[in-house]
Amino acid sequence: MTSRQQPVAASETAVTISVNGSDVSVPEGGTILDACSAAGIETPTICYAENLTPVNACRVCVVEVENSRTLVPSCSRAAEPGMVVQTDSERVRHSRKMVLEFLGSGVDLSQADQLAPWMEKYGSDPGRYGESPETMNEEVRIEDNLYIRDYDKCVLCYKCVEACGDDAQHTFAISMSGRGFGARIATEFDVALPDSACVYCGNCVAVCPTNALQFKTEFDLREMGNWREEEQEVTQTVCSYCGVGCNLELHTQDERIVKVTSPADHSVTSGHLCIKGRFGWQYVHAGADEVDVQIGR
Amino acid sequence: MPDLHLTQDRASSAEMAAVDAALATLGVTPAVVEETERLVRGGIHRKNERRHALLPALHALQTESGWISKGGTNYIAETLNVPPAEIYGVASFYEMFRVDTAPDHDENVAHVCVDSPCLEFAEAKIAELEADGTPIHRSPCLGQCERATPDHGPALFIQGRKAANSVPSDSSDLWDLPQKHEYGLKLLKNVGRIDPTSLDAYVGAGGYKALAKAFALGPDKVIEEVSAAGLMGRGGAAFPTGVKWRGVAAESGTKHIVVNADESEPGTFKDRTIMEHDPFSLIEAMTIAGFATGAQKGWIYIRGEYPLATERLQIAIDSARVAGFVGDGIARSSFNFDIEIRRGAGAYICGEETALFNSLEGFRGEPRQKPPFPTTNGLFDQPTAINNPETLLNVLPIMLEGGEVYGNLGTEGSSGHKLFCLSGHIAAPGTYEVEFGPTLRDVLELGGGVQGTLKAVLLGGAAGSFVGLDALDMPLTMEATRAAGASLGSGVVMAFNDTTDFDAVCVRIAEFFRNESCGQCVPCRIGAVRQHEVLVRTSGSKLNGELKLLQDIDLAMKDASICGLGHTASTAVLSAIDLGLIG
Repeated sequence: MTSRQQPVAASETAVTISVNGSDVSVPEGGTILDACSAAGIETPTICYAENLTPVNACRVCVVEVENSRTLVPSCSRAAEPGMVVQTDSERVRHSRKMVLEFLGSGVDLSQADQLAPWMEKYGSDPGRYGESPETMNEEVRIEDNLYIRDYDKCVLCYKCVEACGDDAQHTFAISMSGRGFGARIATEFDVALPDSACVYCGNCVAVCPTNALQFKTEFDLREMGNWREEEQEVTQTVCSYCGVGCNLELHTQDERIVKVTSPADHSVTSGHLCIKGRFGWQYVHAGADEVDVQIGR
Repeated sequence: MPDLHLTQDRASSAEMAAVDAALATLGVTPAVVEETERLVRGGIHRKNERRHALLPALHALQTESGWISKGGTNYIAETLNVPPAEIYGVASFYEMFRVDTAPDHDENVAHVCVDSPCLEFAEAKIAELEADGTPIHRSPCLGQCERATPDHGPALFIQGRKAANSVPSDSSDLWDLPQKHEYGLKLLKNVGRIDPTSLDAYVGAGGYKALAKAFALGPDKVIEEVSAAGLMGRGGAAFPTGVKWRGVAAESGTKHIVVNADESEPGTFKDRTIMEHDPFSLIEAMTIAGFATGAQKGWIYIRGEYPLATERLQIAIDSARVAGFVGDGIARSSFNFDIEIRRGAGAYICGEETALFNSLEGFRGEPRQKPPFPTTNGLFDQPTAINNPETLLNVLPIMLEGGEVYGNLGTEGSSGHKLFCLSGHIAAPGTYEVEFGPTLRDVLELGGGVQGTLKAVLLGGAAGSFVGLDALDMPLTMEATRAAGASLGSGVVMAFNDTTDFDAVCVRIAEFFRNESCGQCVPCRIGAVRQHEVLVRTSGSKLNGELKLLQDIDLAMKDASICGLGHTASTAVLSAIDLGLIG
């Protein structure tokens, strides 16, 4: 899971709160999650990412705060002086267990690798909701050669919407649509991606926590049973297309690029790239006949 | 438009004219983007000054075409500078907007209420209308619960196609208020007695004396009086109004008064009574709120299924503006306060105050994280006092009689008068006013008594709880209901006799919450579905081991949901199990 380390600089005003009985200081404006991280307490998160505005929708990071009627999302609640926080109380464990269990009962979490250990820790049992609980029940959408959308795996964390919108790309090609359990991420009238405003920056894919969005290269290798993440090498380099200087991480398997990412804490990209940096690598492997940008629109 | 990516679909000229007319009413002009301008898109960016016109534009498009057409969406996108994906996201959120396909007919659509107490009459009515070829939409509570009788059948709302919306049972006659001839009414004193469309009649009945008193007192003293009266919110949360107003008054800059008239809690119709039959009182009361807090702008967010109330409020605002009671320099003072009505489009969650702000601003009606609270970060992220209509109505007698006098009415913990919405198996359903204090039995007697043998009463609506016969002597006050583990909520008193199919009633309550959850947070989005599934599969039989599952779901929704919808989604169902009504 994500953790954000923010050491307290001497010049900054610090806020001190109590976490599980110990005092922890974070810079003013820091969150309870920051405090937990500073105290070395691991916190499960799904919809939180350090390069996106917190939406506190998944509710798996909830903690108990003294004098608060309900639990509070640690990712987005600012630490206030004197707050008394419990991260492992009966109530916290119950809600975390249930959030993960609810998701497991309705969403395909088979590739949400980071959630499995948390589900085990909290004793989530997604199988206890009868024989046929309603699920997302979505088909894989393959609309181009760059990335696929498998909304059976979607936990509706809003990360892709944020990355497409205000937090990174400002393209606004997708939105949450519908309501309740019928809510889905969608383009306008659910038109195919090539017909939408999508510019194929792939920033939505990069922030997806459950592999509902996958690079086509990864999807194809998984389909062939040949996705071997543990064997992949990651090579840092700088994008060669323009002068901005975005850091790239080239993920390679069998000496072929299978995925391109950028470090979320990189000062230039904050983890976000454009279509060239993200997908414009085919020339590396190309014979002269293979150079094309495979958008398909 | 250089920057928005649109599909090839184009709006018809009728659609463009309908949207243009709606925007002209609001004074919103189409966006013009200069070639050299760096475009501020309409995304989550709060600075788009046109985005708040999205819901009115969508209403116009829906009425014209019977759905949110692709071409119409593109036209709105260009006009308001909002990305089409976000328009689709907003439109698909609401009950009253159709987004899937164009309708295959040009008819009005009949919305038939399927919530209690309409539930027992709904299917027969739907069959009857379908036999006539009328297009049907099964609707959650339409806020006409007093009409759910064997003679009338379920509540109906007619969504107009190229025509105004209407409610068949609405009439222009003065309403026959059950308590019309009683003295001592403070909140309903004008209802059924004066012409609700006449400012002269309102002034003749003592209208605008409270505003004059407020002007004489000054803003600080007004808030002191409201605080001294111990006024607590009547929408369900019972938050002290004086504290809320004091908070807004302490802020600077542009401030708002928002009336939360999105009355959607099943069983609630009191605010409709007020708005249809005494709209001037609400206008006067919110003007006092604006004066006290220093707000310049008032908004009434009214549920989309209240056409008569909307019409009468608009008449009231217009005639008050002509007479100098709304607008700049109210009653020749230096106080400026304008009022605008915005219609919801069918979403229970938009009664949650921060969801209401998002909806009014043209975003999906998803609740925001609190803190920050509306008093500092409300509508358009500006300081806002948001109140229920009944709450505001209490301000008038507080001004006229003084806070202390009004505060002495009622009981120790519940001061003043209260409206109750009596419905179900009761002789004379309707909106009733009491001074806080009467017991549940007294209130049921006020409505002519229960028809048949009473089995249970739903207090506070679908978000409230069932109480049994042992609660008949419980005073209907905030403190007594709280002590009994129940809540007054919005004042719903729904009686059920021993002929009731409680399995059906509870399955529907669970279905209501799964349908109305906005879907933003996991505990509510999935928890409400799992709860509904348990009730469906155990309906008519024993719960056996499933009670533990329901309790686990309940605790997670109560503890970890973002807003009150999730917090209360299990309350009624679990209370029905406790009372042995189901399971």
